[in-house]
Amino acid sequence: MTDARLWWMIAALSATAFGFKAIGFVGLGGRRLPPVVERCLALIPAALLAALVVKDTVTIGQGIVLDERIAGVAVAILATWRKLPFLVVIVAAMATTAAIRYGLAG
Amino acid sequence: MEPEVRRVVAATMAVNVAVGIFGISFGVASVAAGADVLQTCALSFFTFTGASQFSAMSVIGAGGTASAAFGGAAILAARNFVYGLAMSRMLHFKRPTVPKRLLAAHFIIDESTALASAESDDRLRRIAFWSTALGLFVCWNLGTLLGAMLGGVIDPQTWGLDVAFPAVFVVMLAAHLRTRRGQVAAVLGALIFLVLVPILPIGVPILASATAVLIGAWPDAERRAAT
Repeated sequence: MTDARLWWMIAALSATAFGFKAIGFVGLGGRRLPPVVERCLALIPAALLAALVVKDTVTIGQGIVLDERIAGVAVAILATWRKLPFLVVIVAAMATTAAIRYGLAG
Repeated sequence: MEPEVRRVVAATMAVNVAVGIFGISFGVASVAAGADVLQTCALSFFTFTGASQFSAMSVIGAGGTASAAFGGAAILAARNFVYGLAMSRMLHFKRPTVPKRLLAAHFIIDESTALASAESDDRLRRIAFWSTALGLFVCWNLGTLLGAMLGGVIDPQTWGLDVAFPAVFVVMLAAHLRTRRGQVAAVLGALIFLVLVPILPIGVPILASATAVLIGAWPDAERRAAT
């Protein structure tokens, strides 16, 4: 990825994000969408975030790769389920993966 | 300060500080994924919607194209449209000029929507909104800058930084698994992604996983029971 391409992505994403916020808040102000549409839109984070978890846990590029990331993410899931603070979840996950990596390399 | 206002401000400030720490993790992860400090800060300042920022940099870190990174992140940003609609029904400014409303729009994100909509009267809602909007914007951007500078000096693999992305997504996902529909959408999204990974270019399966939201068209159990 060249620098210029990344800058274009940032500009496009910023414009799009603002567009969504402003159309909802200012443009359509006060109107309601059909309930079916609102229900589907509300499910976007559930579907995409789950896919992103899987992506960053078991894939590298287009391949499925099972490695020490799985242990880290398992710890993150456990810590989230136990309602531990955000920082604890992230640090515990990173520490788990790093420790296993270090153990395997050492 | 009167007690009610103090309660609202205290609640929003607690969230703002937590999000600042979140911002540090974004800064670190974004730099590890290949953006420089300025680009990372630009994302937090101008895009200003965490899940999309993380998603875009996660795809770029994996070697996806700029358009694939944009696609998934843009779909995630679409939920801000729903928040905007909801807030336009709830948030009433005293003098609602267009520039003021456009400025407010930039700050319509998960946290400001959640905290403002939790209040029952107009004035407290406005206080909750602006206190989250401005406080969180400052914390998120400072956190990002700090993280981006930190990220440049540590080796991502050694410190398990590659797991920061999925760990963040796990935390964000948890809030959306409270309903049966959310759970089904999550499982479907993950499955669609897994099936398509070997077939489609990097980042595109994330886009495709969004089709899982169509299960929202299914009539829900409560409604069936009512009719």
